[in-house]
Amino acid sequence: MVSPVEATGVFHLLWVVVALPLTGATVLLIGRPLAPAAFDRFGHWLAVGLSSLSFVLSLVLFVVDLGRDEGQRQVVQHVYQWFQTGHLDVGMDLLYDPLSALFLLLITGVGSLIHLYSVGYMAHDPRRTRFFAYLNLFVAAMLMLVLAENYLGLFLGWEGVGLASYLLIGFWQARPSAAAAAKKAFVMNRVGDMGISMAIALAFVTFGSTSFTVISHAAGQASDGRMTALGLLLLLGACGKSAQVPLQAWLLDAMEGPTPVSALIHAATMVTAGVYLIVRSGFVFDLSDAARTAVVVVAVVTLLWGAFIGCVKDDIKKVLAGSTMSQIGYMMLGAGLGPAGYAFAIFHLLTHGFFKANMFLGAGSVMHGMDDDVNMKHYGALARFMPVTFLTFAMGYLAIIGFPGFSGFWSKDKIIEAAWDYHWYVGVLALIGAGITAFYMTRLMLLTFFGQRRWDVDGSRPPDWHPHESPRIMTGPLVVLAALSILGGLLLLGSWISDWLAPVVGEPEHHEGAPPAWLMSVFAVIVVAVGVATAWAYVGRRPVAPGLTRFLPVPHVEDVVVPPGLQLTRGLLTTDKFAVDGLLSGGPVALAAVAGEFRKAQNGYVRSYALSVLGGTVVVALALLVVNW
Amino acid sequence: MMDTVTPYVVLSSILFTIGAVGVLVRRNAIVVFMCVELMLNAANLALVAFSKANGNLDGQVAAFFVMVVAAAEVVVGLAIIMTIFRTRESASVDEPRQLKW
Repeated sequence: MVSPVEATGVFHLLWVVVALPLTGATVLLIGRPLAPAAFDRFGHWLAVGLSSLSFVLSLVLFVVDLGRDEGQRQVVQHVYQWFQTGHLDVGMDLLYDPLSALFLLLITGVGSLIHLYSVGYMAHDPRRTRFFAYLNLFVAAMLMLVLAENYLGLFLGWEGVGLASYLLIGFWQARPSAAAAAKKAFVMNRVGDMGISMAIALAFVTFGSTSFTVISHAAGQASDGRMTALGLLLLLGACGKSAQVPLQAWLLDAMEGPTPVSALIHAATMVTAGVYLIVRSGFVFDLSDAARTAVVVVAVVTLLWGAFIGCVKDDIKKVLAGSTMSQIGYMMLGAGLGPAGYAFAIFHLLTHGFFKANMFLGAGSVMHGMDDDVNMKHYGALARFMPVTFLTFAMGYLAIIGFPGFSGFWSKDKIIEAAWDYHWYVGVLALIGAGITAFYMTRLMLLTFFGQRRWDVDGSRPPDWHPHESPRIMTGPLVVLAALSILGGLLLLGSWISDWLAPVVGEPEHHEGAPPAWLMSVFAVIVVAVGVATAWAYVGRRPVAPGLTRFLPVPHVEDVVVPPGLQLTRGLLTTDKFAVDGLLSGGPVALAAVAGEFRKAQNGYVRSYALSVLGGTVVVALALLVVNW
Repeated sequence: MMDTVTPYVVLSSILFTIGAVGVLVRRNAIVVFMCVELMLNAANLALVAFSKANGNLDGQVAAFFVMVVAAAEVVVGLAIIMTIFRTRESASVDEPRQLKW
């Protein structure tokens, strides 16, 4: 239930959180052409600074909010009236509540670290200023997404992050593959956006408003069918942005973008927007079991499918991308379980934000050392030469497989536990997913950091060549994120996160008769151990086979969807050409044909004209006679 | 009354028919012209006959108008025929078909 109070005190500065990175993006984009030299030297620091300021402000807001009573923690700030048309009155309202508070910290915190890392990573790119402008734009849009008080504001942010994602995937636009990947991401997201926009329209028709506050209070009065439709449309949107089956295919290609982008947008923040949307719209899903079941189904399919992708890719970033899909599947599963899982979905989202950003940046660091090679089969034995990258990556690895004590252990465990409460087979599938996760992540670790050196791909590297550790500015953020990957589990201490989120998502109920939590943890650890052992047996003990890893040729979604789509388009084109155009231009053509026949009567012989005149006269005379009879 | 007018009307019809058929079947422009005159005068005859039968002058006035128009038409028509004859060495009404193009 959303029942916010008016903004007071420091909360008047809420809009500044969004405005800071937006200013950065504007200044960088406009200023760079005016003063190229100055911006090339200092532009990126401006972006880092504004993003960090935003983080500091978020932290202040969080601390202040922490000190408030539970009933006072949801704060709304009316910035200005956005637009009013007919009965639709939309304000630029910002909602700060425990849920958006956590997101604010994640986005600005991890975002600032990744900004900092990018200063090193993009050091030699001539378009670095533009890159940072886009990063700032992304941060601003993402903050708008999580701070909006109504669906339209959320949609503004939603489209904003989509745009930033498009620009950043295609940042190296000279590469045809990057341009194509950007386009693919944009087009596939459009399918999901269609769902959101229809959901907004439906919400407005049903409730006469798009505000979370209004809808959450009026939700009970709408019919079940409406709520189910609303839920399914929102789920479609969430699938698009969060790369869930069936709209998942764009995420793998999105890895064409620079690695910090993959870390920030396509792992830690933007792709989790779908989970945010579902949790934020909890009042919709609480009223529709059908929609909730759909979320669970999508989540389970995705978490297994993503894990499967992770197993068969050789490209280090694509393994991580598959893993991201899979982990977001876990979050969606949590979100689909209702109040029992919302808090854990967000918890996993946060810990995943830490450890996945950590691993992506680690992968970027490895690529930096290996001259931008992404094929894991060309790595091997990097642990000795890149110790900081290795150690920090290992922390992320232990976190994601759910090694006891690390953040991922706590968060994933909670979701599996909740899934088990929901239904035993959902629990079993989630457990299997955890096992596969352990397998592919171990495979990645073994191929990258252990085993034989396989650097000399085509004999071009001298025998004494070896990769170097990345500069401090890149390893610094890695260390911070590694620490967070280890300590993220502390959020669960005394079930703090459930209590904190309770005003927004409700208290998690606990089923009686469910297996005890410790037993589930033991199960999970056993499954993970099996996964690690299998990977060791399969990859660690054998020499790495050169060439592409092949496994069960599964058709890509685009191969299934695109040819029928093309056929449909061609069919429509033919219909348009022959049916529609035929109808419209056929009339005149027929008229011309008839006229051509009549034209033959105009033969130029006076006699025939005279005959027509006479014939006409006779007809008129006869008609007069008939009429006057 | 009817009986006195019927023969005139019959004669008028016959003359008109001869004229009409002549216009349709003859090619010599002069003959066609004469046939047109024949039709006009057939009409004049009918008008005068009805005028006499009805006892008013409306028909006769109309007949005068027809004569005036016929005279004017002859002036213009003969001039055209003369011009065509000069250029084409023929008075056939089919010749001006070329004007269509």
